Amino acid sequence: MRFVILMETESLRKRYDEAVLAIDDLTVTIEPGIVGLVGANGAGKSTLIKLALGLLEPTAGRIRVLGLDPGADGPQVRARVGYMPEHDCLPPDVSAAEFVTHLARVSGLPRAAARERASETLRHVGLYEERYRPVGGYSTGMKQRVKLAQALVHDPELVLLDEPTNGLDPAGRAAMLELVARIGTEFGISVVVCTHLLGEIERICTSLVAIDGGRLLRSASLSTMTQQRDLLSVEVDEDDVALAARLTELGVSVRRGERALLVDLAGEETFDHIRDAVADLDLSLHRLERHRHQVADLFRDLPADGASTMEVSDARAR
Amino acid sequence: MPEHGDASGVIHDIGYQRYDGPRLGRRYMARSLYVHGLRTAFGFGRSARTKILPVGLFAVVCVAALVLVVISTQLPQPVLSYIGIATTFATVAALFVAIVGPELVSRDLRNNLLPLYFSRPVTRTDYALTKLAALATAVFAVFAAPMLIMFLGLALSAPHGIGGVLDEAGKFLVGLLAAAIGAVLFTAIAVPLAALTGRRVFATGMIIALFLLTAPITAVLGAIGSGSLAQLAGLVNPVSLLSGVYMWLFGDGGVDVGAYGPVYGLVVLAVAAAGISLSILRFRRVRA
Repeated sequence: MRFVILMETESLRKRYDEAVLAIDDLTVTIEPGIVGLVGANGAGKSTLIKLALGLLEPTAGRIRVLGLDPGADGPQVRARVGYMPEHDCLPPDVSAAEFVTHLARVSGLPRAAARERASETLRHVGLYEERYRPVGGYSTGMKQRVKLAQALVHDPELVLLDEPTNGLDPAGRAAMLELVARIGTEFGISVVVCTHLLGEIERICTSLVAIDGGRLLRSASLSTMTQQRDLLSVEVDEDDVALAARLTELGVSVRRGERALLVDLAGEETFDHIRDAVADLDLSLHRLERHRHQVADLFRDLPADGASTMEVSDARAR
Repeated sequence: MPEHGDASGVIHDIGYQRYDGPRLGRRYMARSLYVHGLRTAFGFGRSARTKILPVGLFAVVCVAALVLVVISTQLPQPVLSYIGIATTFATVAALFVAIVGPELVSRDLRNNLLPLYFSRPVTRTDYALTKLAALATAVFAVFAAPMLIMFLGLALSAPHGIGGVLDEAGKFLVGLLAAAIGAVLFTAIAVPLAALTGRRVFATGMIIALFLLTAPITAVLGAIGSGSLAQLAGLVNPVSLLSGVYMWLFGDGGVDVGAYGPVYGLVVLAVAAAGISLSILRFRRVRA
């Protein structure tokens, strides 16, 4: 993965038909990795993606993708980027192999290479013999995979995925997310993935950008989060003050949560300390649970005004 | 993926490979779009059902041409000239653009394919031009195939040896020019109309309506009017417009254009230019 800034916007603004302000004064820098672009429906995610591809012209401000201006250098940008649209975009009466090969050629791959890359890419996204059947007979999950394959077939440096888990059942969602994670890690291709479900992508992303009403809410790298240690929540029936004091004596970092004590998990010995402390104080231990740091921590200060941010708030509540 | 231990037929998953082969330029991309469009026009690479109409129409004109050749070789004079073939089969060609034009253009709109194309290095103008070129080539084939059959038949039975063949070849080339004019005119009418809607049925209906509804106007104007009005009546309908321009250019079109031949020529040019520009404009505007 070449280390260039994936996307950079400066006071970016996009207004549709004099009426709807889809992107409003957005300034954000997106670094390589797997980036979650999070926001409710209508927050401006798809608009930002289309601006990045040069499919739309900004009303004001500046956007650069892989160091290039998609408005002026559209073809160069689009040669290095793959795009998976949100909605259905496959012809039903053509086979996946044929269609992806065709798009590979439209991306500039010579005939033989296009055919080879198409079947290889379809295999990587999990389509084997069925790739010779017409797309019309595919399940939603298979169609999403074909859409993903066409975004990858020309081996881009960056793929922009617009709601890749749309319309999938839970198992399909998990499989798609695993694929997206593999693209970012194994394939070495940077990913910007749009979703309105924060909870879903926080596991696979290296950074998150949250937008709402076309404005930036928050942009943060998750690497800082993963460096932090995990937490243990310890719940006892009474006198957790004494327990907290005892644990602090043992050199364990403790703070008080809503209903339980939150203990930094430094290593295996932390469990021993808790066991000893609870036994010494003769308390009964109700619950000992390991918590991963929640991405929700990043978004704790989001405004939760009204329905537009509901789904982001939902995810936070998890 | 688990690997099986048996010695034969093991597929090793060597993981994702980066592509570092050649990446060809916009001209190649446009050519790929063009070739794909031409294949789509005749339903190649797709189900048998999509081949029926275009290939059927193509077969009909070929068989008709074959019959004409057989009859012509029995007579001292061919029953139809090459220009005569173009005017005779213009109605079939019109039906062909009405069916195939929407197949090329509306289908992409319907299936939301434009975001996939426009997110690649090809430009919107490239896309519009390749669609126009693909349809024009397909229509040209419909015009030219019967001429080719006619030429082969007449050249093989030419009584004056190589001189007769060359003579026939000259007429054939003029016929091809006429075919090209017809192909460009009909394409320039069909593509902008088809680009208005993703519903193929509507697009086909619009194109057929344009050809069908203007025909009686031309007929009525030609019948009731006299002189200039009758001679200009053909401008209204694409098929008679084509006959008129053939009359002007080749003196063979079966219609009376009087001194207004150049007007027919100008109108054909104007329609072609407008159709091509509107197609380009439409794809520049359409949201992807």
